[in-house]
Amino acid sequence: MLRLVVDLNRCQGYAQCAFLAPEVFAMHGDEGLLYDPQAQDAHRARVAQAVAACPVQAILVDELDMAATAPGAPGGAAPAAGEASDA
Amino acid sequence: MPDTATDRLKADGRIVVVGASLAGLRGAETLREKGFKGSLTMIGDEPHEPYDRPPLSKQALLGMGSAERTALPRRRDIDAEWRLGVAASGLDMAARRVRLADGDEVPYDRLLIATGVRARPWPNQAEGELDGVFVLRTREDGAALARRLNAGPRRVLVIGAGFTGSEIASACRERGVEVTVAERADAPLVGALGGVIGAVAAELHRENGVDLRTGVMVTALEGDATGRVRAAHFSDSTSLECDVVVVSLGAQRNTEWLSGSGLGAGPRGIACDAGCRAFDIRGIVTDDIFVAGDVARSPHPLFGYQFLSLEHWGNAVSQAETAAHNMLSESTERRPHIWVPAFWSSQFGVSIKSVGVPSMGTEIMITQGSRAERRFTGVYGYQGRVIGAVTFDNSRWLQFYQQQIEATAPFPPPFPTVDRRPEGQKPLPADFPDPSLPTHGPTVTLSGYSPADRRMTFHPAGH
Repeated sequence: MLRLVVDLNRCQGYAQCAFLAPEVFAMHGDEGLLYDPQAQDAHRARVAQAVAACPVQAILVDELDMAATAPGAPGGAAPAAGEASDA
Repeated sequence: MPDTATDRLKADGRIVVVGASLAGLRGAETLREKGFKGSLTMIGDEPHEPYDRPPLSKQALLGMGSAERTALPRRRDIDAEWRLGVAASGLDMAARRVRLADGDEVPYDRLLIATGVRARPWPNQAEGELDGVFVLRTREDGAALARRLNAGPRRVLVIGAGFTGSEIASACRERGVEVTVAERADAPLVGALGGVIGAVAAELHRENGVDLRTGVMVTALEGDATGRVRAAHFSDSTSLECDVVVVSLGAQRNTEWLSGSGLGAGPRGIACDAGCRAFDIRGIVTDDIFVAGDVARSPHPLFGYQFLSLEHWGNAVSQAETAAHNMLSESTERRPHIWVPAFWSSQFGVSIKSVGVPSMGTEIMITQGSRAERRFTGVYGYQGRVIGAVTFDNSRWLQFYQQQIEATAPFPPPFPTVDRRPEGQKPLPADFPDPSLPTHGPTVTLSGYSPADRRMTFHPAGH
């Protein structure tokens, strides 16, 4: 399981995450976003892509979960690209 | 480097965080990030590790994700001793100890209070205990309500058309469940956004098949012989058969455990300075007790230095970060918590977002888009300046208006904007209800200075 949260104050509905990881993120209406707060391990790499590609960097994934998975390892993910709230 | 008290605190001090939800967790993470190496204790009355609540009225009711699986992601390991499932029951400020409900006591050098709020229960306890009557605040609440919706109820009654109540009604309709919403005010969301926007919200409810009843109160809930709710009675003498009732009447602050402690805590929350340090009941700021999240209320220079209580996700994160920073800082290094209020809601397929304090606004101007199209930006004015903004599916404009609020820019905005419609040529009265009549819209409360003060001091439209 990969825990995640989206800062929906920051989200502007670009839908990049729903494009990259549709199993985890889905648009709900034109700008609304729904997501599964605990993504399946199988979707880990796609979630990491969504984190990296979010234009407003609104997705925070669990750093401990991500650190436990070495980059490039089988089923592994890229390092987490950013945190949701650095303000 | 001199071995100051702050250095010693960072090296081997004891910090206790009471409240193990969003604010408590982010505060604890920030403490470690800022180099705190001492002992950290997390006290939480719920038996769960910190979890996120917004999905409980959205994804979890729609079957995307589940209420049991919203645990918050961690930014870092906080290396804490967790005391979960046991509430704090008292505070000895002189001895610097937190008492727990199981009789234990936990000493601290610095204390962070983030005990948040709980759902306001149905005022009639026996009626509130009927099978089929719910509130929605905790993981258990969310799971139980989701199970009942999965079972296909005949009709759900939502009492209170604030944000949570409206989101629940929206989820019901999306699942094809018949739902009635009863609201004491004239429209949904009026407490938070005023009557102009409330009218749009009411249309959204009705277009989506909600049986919306405004200007009424539920006077009684009726159970059958087996103790299951079967009907509700209204102040207009009508009644309704329903097998699920969701009481969505806002929140109460979790401050009772502090009564008699000498801390400035009461029904409106815990008063603190802009640096998140709690006031005692004498109005003197404490040096070692900090507050963050829904339970805090603190003065904000952008809003007349009035004390703001914010039931906002983003506020919990930001205030906890500031509190944690200040807990480990010398006085000249402390930072003020001057976050501009912001929140979101998702209902009936529309993304509603807001910045600033709309409820201070006396006027509103639709600067972009159209209410009829459900895609617009509304800007609130107060004494000739921009004080808040709301968007319906128009969130990219919010950041600009946040800057306008921070710059105390003039209202109405002196410039034309793209996509301005005839309805946006002139400001309208924002039409907030008389603040002496409570509504159930959550989020922003401006209050006086006394911890027991229940008076609302924001200004209604036209006054």
